[in-house]
Amino acid sequence: MNIISFFEKNGMITSFLIIALIMLVAEQISTRLLRKKIPGSAIAILLGLILAYYGGLLTGGEKGIADLAFFSGFKLVGGSMFRDFCIVSTALGVSFPVMLQAGKAGIISLVLGLVVSFVVGICVGLAFGYHDAESLATIGAGTLTFIVGPVTGSALGASSDVIALSVATGVVKAIVVTIFTPLIAAKIKLDNPHSAMVFGGIMGTTSGVAAGLAATDQKLVPYGALTATFYTGLGCLLCPSVFYLALKALM
Amino acid sequence: MLIYGLGLLAFSYIAGQLFGDFLGELIGVQANVGGVGFAMLLLVLLHNYFQKKQWVKANFDEGIGFWSNMYVPVIVAMSASQNALLAFNKGVLPIVAGTLIVIIGFLLVPIISKIKTTP
Repeated sequence: MNIISFFEKNGMITSFLIIALIMLVAEQISTRLLRKKIPGSAIAILLGLILAYYGGLLTGGEKGIADLAFFSGFKLVGGSMFRDFCIVSTALGVSFPVMLQAGKAGIISLVLGLVVSFVVGICVGLAFGYHDAESLATIGAGTLTFIVGPVTGSALGASSDVIALSVATGVVKAIVVTIFTPLIAAKIKLDNPHSAMVFGGIMGTTSGVAAGLAATDQKLVPYGALTATFYTGLGCLLCPSVFYLALKALM
Repeated sequence: MLIYGLGLLAFSYIAGQLFGDFLGELIGVQANVGGVGFAMLLLVLLHNYFQKKQWVKANFDEGIGFWSNMYVPVIVAMSASQNALLAFNKGVLPIVAGTLIVIIGFLLVPIISKIKTTP
């Protein structure tokens, strides 16, 4: 009997068990070692990222720890289907009036978030010696999210190493948002639905926003996710078209 | 019945995501535009309607509540399947750009949060 293929066959259930253990360890670290200074969910997510790094080192694959056969269930449980399904389910606690009240700020933050990210990406690209509009637009798009980067890069015909760079930028953004949101939330008054919607629109990276807010206060997740969910789609629309043409006109 | 709640959640998810994909196709991008957002709106509206009709009985809500409690564990699984190696092995540019934009974002949040729509 091959024990690894047994766990692979029961991948989803195996990952439930492992995640439960990760949550347990994280909760213990949070209460016993850190006296609840950092929430258990933030530590659990951080442990997940460390596992992902370790998995990448071992296999050289793209799916973190999920590339190991024993952890293959993580691909399903941690994939976009389960993530989005859980985000939608949190909507049951959403207050409609509050959402409408934050509507205007939400839209402004969304537009500002898209433009600022693109410009910052281009500035960093210039500083690192890229001068053609295609590469710069791709790096700028990667600064939005790790999905907008490759979509823009392939639409504009950027080289594959620039596309990889843009994906890496988006992943770094998601990770930095995940780790630092719970630590900085109090300082930027990220403690109510209104600012959570603004936060989602400015950061945009659904995985980072969702994970960061989950580690801060689970009640804020639906509000942040609501604006962030439009970010990637709008980014894919604007980066290879309006933003790219504006950049080309300026150069 | 628990499965009715789950069914309503599944219906909202599918309808929202389908609409998001359709919208993406319509405006010519290779991505889902706001699918999750539309699904959330649909769930809130339908759940309200179901409550008015008094169809929300017994453990209907538990079929939905289970999944919102599974949220953090699913996010842990998601973090564990990220391409974290690529993020840190691709040189300095991704780290500089990815960190800089988050710092700027954190600075912008309290400023934009001041904008409120007067009811």
